[in-house]
Amino acid sequence: MATATGPEAAVALAGVGRAYGERVALRDVSFALPSGATLAVFGANGAGKTTLLRILATLLRPHAGRAAVLGAELPREGWRARGRIGLLGHEPLLYRDLTARENLRYHARLHGVPLAAADALLERVGLAARADDLVRTLSRGMAQRAAICRAVLHGPDLLLLDEPLANLDPGGALAVAPLIGRQAGPARVLISHDVEQGLADADWVLGLRAGRQVLWGSAVEVGVADVRGLYA
Amino acid sequence: MRRTVGALMRKDLRLELRSFESVPAMLMFSVSAFVLFRFGLDRDALAGDLAAGVLWVTLLLAAVLGMSRLFVTEQEQGGFDGFLMAPVDRTAMFLAKASVLFCFLVAAELVAVPAFVLLLLEPGWGQILPELLAVLVLADLGIAVIGTLVGALGVQTRARELIVPLMALPLLIPVAIGAAEATAPLFAAGGAGPLPGRWLAVLALYDAVFGLLAFAVFDFLLED
Repeated sequence: MATATGPEAAVALAGVGRAYGERVALRDVSFALPSGATLAVFGANGAGKTTLLRILATLLRPHAGRAAVLGAELPREGWRARGRIGLLGHEPLLYRDLTARENLRYHARLHGVPLAAADALLERVGLAARADDLVRTLSRGMAQRAAICRAVLHGPDLLLLDEPLANLDPGGALAVAPLIGRQAGPARVLISHDVEQGLADADWVLGLRAGRQVLWGSAVEVGVADVRGLYA
Repeated sequence: MRRTVGALMRKDLRLELRSFESVPAMLMFSVSAFVLFRFGLDRDALAGDLAAGVLWVTLLLAAVLGMSRLFVTEQEQGGFDGFLMAPVDRTAMFLAKASVLFCFLVAAELVAVPAFVLLLLEPGWGQILPELLAVLVLADLGIAVIGTLVGALGVQTRARELIVPLMALPLLIPVAIGAAEATAPLFAAGGAGPLPGRWLAVLALYDAVFGLLAFAVFDFLLED
């Protein structure tokens, strides 16, 4: 198992745990992810994947162990990592009564990014024609594309992606690939239920079951059957 | 900080203009309450302490409606997550939300106060307008600061419609007392008396104390 050391690590966890009241959602998770590498996280519903992602996003405090993201110790130095992380979670984090363009421009202002960058991104993912429509009138696939634009708008060094291709048609998946694919550049933590695709897309694999780390290895070593076993 | 506060305020005001959730509710509540007082008390006009009490209790209760909704969009549509991950001073959200609530109060009062005057005061109120505006501004500042603090606390709970008024109303009692005491002489039956500076000072002091307190603790309210 990789250990959580080294300034080169995009993510370094050592014995990280998290509970919600009495319920332990994550326990004793340890790994290190080098900069620019991709980690695929697998596990059945309730395995702790989303909790892990929110800890890495600095939105949840770890209750046990040590966690460092982009060299910042969490939660003490979380402020150092903020603005360098892009999160695409279950929810698009878009205001439904704002247009896609207004949402992106709002986030551009928060991150100090030129507003033109938001417009350019909408163009790149094929949303220019619907950019001035309210998000609540967009299809789920279009909203997902807008959410991907929001997640990468500020050029993050770490991308946290929870089922990023959900709701996207093949054309949409193709359009967003340069933004969130391996070629995008930043380290990625990718939650996926598509085992083959997830393994093909990753350098490292983490398997969770009931909050415990039960699988870790390079994507070359870990087999499809090992991952499928997590869902049995 | 100014850029962040501006971005948050622009977003919130735009959302309110699109959804019309808070201001119309505050407005309808205020006007309906004045109509109820008019017929419930069965008087053609009110004066002095009673008029001031009716005005401020109504405005405070209307303000609670706005407080309850202040952070709902952030909670329900992921606004907190997007904001918390941005490299910005988190106090900007307090300043923006308090400013937005202040704007909501002013917008509601633009209609509610004239409605109060028409329904419950004797004619000739025009001369007290500058003094009344001074009290309204100081009271609204206090309501906005306390409302933002309480709204941020309440939105984390499942029963926010209960929690927000239960927390806000006791904290707003000094605002109600100060505003009513400051306003009562303006509504005196025999003609408007002078504005009591002591009560204006009490309001200003309360605003300042809660403003500093909110500024100090708001960051922690947003933490996990």
